[in-house]
Amino acid sequence: MNLNQLFKMIDLDKVDQDEVKYEGARRGFIKKAGEFSFKALLAALPVGLTMMPKIAKAQGSAVVQTLNFALLLEYLERDFYRMGLDASGLIPSAHRAIFETIYKHEAAHVEFLRSALGSAQGEVPVFDFTAGGAFPTGFSDYAVFLTLSQAFEDTGVRAYKGQAGNIQAADDVLTAALQIHSVEARHASQVRRLRGMQSNMMIKGWITNAESDGAPQASYNGEDNTTHAMLNLNSIGSLSDISMDAKTESFDEPLTGAQVFAIVKPFVVKGT
Amino acid sequence: MNKISKNDGVMDKSKTPEGPLKRRVFLKYSTAGLAASAFVFGACEDVTQAPANASNNGKGNNANARTSDHDTVYLGSGDTGILNYAYALEQLEAAFYTTVVAEASFSSMFSEEEQMILKDLEKHEITHREFFKTALGDNAIPGLTPDFSAIDFSSRDSVLATAKTFEDLGVGAYNGAGKLLVDVNYLLVAGKIVSVEARHAAAIRDLINPWSMDFAGDDVIDENGFDQALMPADVLAAAQPFVKETIDGSELPTS
Repeated sequence: MNLNQLFKMIDLDKVDQDEVKYEGARRGFIKKAGEFSFKALLAALPVGLTMMPKIAKAQGSAVVQTLNFALLLEYLERDFYRMGLDASGLIPSAHRAIFETIYKHEAAHVEFLRSALGSAQGEVPVFDFTAGGAFPTGFSDYAVFLTLSQAFEDTGVRAYKGQAGNIQAADDVLTAALQIHSVEARHASQVRRLRGMQSNMMIKGWITNAESDGAPQASYNGEDNTTHAMLNLNSIGSLSDISMDAKTESFDEPLTGAQVFAIVKPFVVKGT
Repeated sequence: MNKISKNDGVMDKSKTPEGPLKRRVFLKYSTAGLAASAFVFGACEDVTQAPANASNNGKGNNANARTSDHDTVYLGSGDTGILNYAYALEQLEAAFYTTVVAEASFSSMFSEEEQMILKDLEKHEITHREFFKTALGDNAIPGLTPDFSAIDFSSRDSVLATAKTFEDLGVGAYNGAGKLLVDVNYLLVAGKIVSVEARHAAAIRDLINPWSMDFAGDDVIDENGFDQALMPADVLAAAQPFVKETIDGSELPTS
């Protein structure tokens, strides 16, 4: 499967989030009705990581697409941190433990997803972290490296979140994705606060409104949403003393596959 | 709110009172409401999800209404039970941070950045708590009475250690509960909240051991790079010592 094929499939995602929610609710009922056979199949299989490849194949294209999509993002992050750690003089020694930890997790995510996908995995991608020249100093200027790191982590959190509905029927896949998703959020929090300290900017571990703090804005658009499961926080009287800043910080927002692809496409030369 | 608002007009619409003093009064009237709500949810989900329910051991469906006595808070079953479970955890977190920031020595004990973080966390957890309370409407459990007697709020170490426990527990709780939810809208909400809890957990851990690997340490992240996913029974056992009432999660879905 090449990037364009994958992109076309995931491009079916609705960009409008409210539409996604309504459609999700409608499809939710239909999906559950069709869940019986998969549940029965799962029950017949020993549960464990070694069985993930079979689960992925049995579940068919939706889960395989989602896992390949996740794998592309994990490859991107893994390679980015490997190159950053290998670039002499880039990461101060006091901060290496942070990026070695993040690298270790991203590499483990890659291995897990490759194992889960088995023969259904896409080819190993090749990246251009300058994004065609837009970020020429990502591995020589620590500030640029931190900016890209923040954008990748925050985008990764949103990307996993946006796929939850696509893998809901596959309990083990969903739980695995959630377990990766919160690790990405821990990374994001740490990198954001580190970047804030390094740059003397006020960057919290959480995203306020849709503020990008100098990172690519597309990774933050929509983060100022206050409506969740069709309930608007601004309509809750007991929250009248809570600022918009805090309300928007309290909920992270998903991105569709298409939105994520648009963000990462400039970094992908060849692959998956 | 889709599913929950469908019950408007069917059940008692009086607001659920908060706090221990009003709770007894509420509970006097709540038995009928719980029974009615369980019936309505059971009926609703039977119609829409009969095939799934028939094959998955009653996921999202339980008409076996229980009454709560004054010492026991019954979370319920199905998605409502999971939302009440989340509401209970958010109540606990919000009460904790409210107590933290109200402590007399708060501003002398913590640096400016730490104060900002702890104040933010209070606001976030209050937002989560009020979201769930409003979403649940008449199905919401009453306000819980926290028991923070084991926490020394005048000790920076005690406060941060407890915050770390609560945030990591919250992350594991939402991660484990995702597969227990039937309605994809609530799954998305859980996803929107869990990553914020994970951001909190990382920040609190970093205040304890700055710029180390502890923000995502090996004590919570496994060799696959996975965070914890905890089942409600385990989470409630860990949370119970901090709540005076007995939390009854016995009818929560388990798969």
